Amino acid sequence: MEKEKVVEVNELTKKFGDFTAVDHISFDVYKGEIFGFLGANGAGKTTAMKMLIGISNPTSGEARVSHFDVHHQAEEVKKNIGYMSQKFSMYDDLTIRENIKFFGGIYGLSRKHIKEKTANLIEELQLQEVADSLVGSLPLGWKQKLAFMVSLLHEPRIVFLDEPTGGVDPITRRQFWELIYAEANKGTTIFVTTHYMDEAEYCDRVSIMVEGKIEALDTPKKLKQSFKTDSMNGVFLKLARNVE
Amino acid sequence: MKTIKYIVQKEIKQIMRNRGMLPIIFVMPLLQLIILSNAATFEVNNIRISYIDNDQTSISRELISKFEASEYFSVSEMYRSKKDADDALKKGEIDVVLDIPRYFERDLVRNKHNSLAVYLNAIDGAKAGVENVYLNQVVRDFNRKISLEIIQPEDKMLKQMNILSIPSFWYNETLNYKTFMVPGILVLLVTMLSLFLSGMNIVREKEIGTLEQINVTPIKKHQFIIGKLFPFWVLGMIILTVGLIIARLIFNVPIVGNIGLIYLFTAVYLLVILGMGLFISNYTDTQQQAMFIAWFFMVVFILMSGLFTPIESMPDWAQKITLLNPIRYFVEVIRMVMLKGSGLGDILWQFGVMSFFAVVLNALAVWSYRKTN
Repeated sequence: MEKEKVVEVNELTKKFGDFTAVDHISFDVYKGEIFGFLGANGAGKTTAMKMLIGISNPTSGEARVSHFDVHHQAEEVKKNIGYMSQKFSMYDDLTIRENIKFFGGIYGLSRKHIKEKTANLIEELQLQEVADSLVGSLPLGWKQKLAFMVSLLHEPRIVFLDEPTGGVDPITRRQFWELIYAEANKGTTIFVTTHYMDEAEYCDRVSIMVEGKIEALDTPKKLKQSFKTDSMNGVFLKLARNVE
Repeated sequence: MKTIKYIVQKEIKQIMRNRGMLPIIFVMPLLQLIILSNAATFEVNNIRISYIDNDQTSISRELISKFEASEYFSVSEMYRSKKDADDALKKGEIDVVLDIPRYFERDLVRNKHNSLAVYLNAIDGAKAGVENVYLNQVVRDFNRKISLEIIQPEDKMLKQMNILSIPSFWYNETLNYKTFMVPGILVLLVTMLSLFLSGMNIVREKEIGTLEQINVTPIKKHQFIIGKLFPFWVLGMIILTVGLIIARLIFNVPIVGNIGLIYLFTAVYLLVILGMGLFISNYTDTQQQAMFIAWFFMVVFILMSGLFTPIESMPDWAQKITLLNPIRYFVEVIRMVMLKGSGLGDILWQFGVMSFFAVVLNALAVWSYRKTN
């Protein structure tokens, strides 16, 4: 049975002047998959992701997200994706409830729908006591879980997470990944970048970018076999070392 | 429409929650109006005058007492030599020196005319000019008086055949400087606050990263921009209202014309300024950059607005530049409407130009706002 492709990338390239940040990458991501997008700092992960979410135009090549062309139908793409950036990007000076209301509102959810979603979300994350406090006063780990749930408010087909667990403790990271699994089980596709190799092990498939190119793409298990190492860390180091 | 409502709600909450905001809205206009309106004056008084009396006669003393009696002059000590007086001028202790020559009284009685030397500190040319006029008035007064005493009756007949012009000052009968300045400074306030607040606002979202989050939503450019600018438009109107109340209650500035007309014009004017703020924030990445650029425009706009210096006395090319200056139009209009009572027909030209600016700047702002790079 052919699985539905939620992301199709074909020879996607982004140049900044003479510098090629993303160099003819091609890959597909299937429905319900947790797709790990790995690479060293400066390998071009964020640039590639920005093209996929329609806030950066490709120099050449094409990509379709949820069957829409990211270049020519960027606004259609945006209706079908969720996004959580590296920088925590909710409003610190609004309360949890107000942030949910705002983001729900600009995605065009009805008032009733926003109310339901708010109640569910607060319950699920057990934020009842702080629902009316300013987001700025929350610990980072809570904020990130909140940001993830908010990026899912409009029930996107795919959600892009850019280093979602940067700077939080292992327990919170574990909880965060439980949320990711729960969401993937509902059929949402997860596209995630990370620097933590243990997190890479949680992914269904992993791609590793080196200097703008995708150097490896497979399940963590197969990658470890073909690179003859027992951890993703080993795979990553071998690939990165080849560069030097 | 619903999307815009959500953005407006969010902005208003953020503005109200910002502790610095309420003082800015209410205290800043009050302070600025009170301080600037009293300080920014071209009225020349307290002219520090000194003299060298080489004559030491009753006539020379009478001349000096004339200056002492004038409310514009404050007479300080007499200098013994011209050199002492020069030094005092250099140090900036005095503004004007009156040099009464020797045999002043004797020559005046004998020849029926005489001359005085006057030295003025003319670093500020305009001020020195005014000082000279005041000084001549005092001397002329003195002339009239002594001619009655000293000069013969037949000359007196001649003197009386002067033609006198009697000025009546329209629209500001008492030549009250504040009446002239307060509306202008109110314009500055409304402009500065709305330009800076709107310019900073979107750049701030860029800095903290929330703008990127907004850009991945299917929100439309115009929805976002209207939602962003509307709260600041309202804020501008509130500041205008606070300022008008202060102008009326504290400075007693008359509002001769239709106050609705002022609001109508401000409504369009604010669109121009907010569009500009937005345009600036589209081309900057940090609040500092935006602030510098906004300041650059503010300084040029203020100095070329006709607020402090009349546009008519600018060189031709500068006058042409002022045509691009939105503040110029607002200063003109608010003075015309508040002080002269001009109607819509009188400000049609300014109104037209502002509407044109509003359309152009906001089109530019929407066009230059990029959700995608």
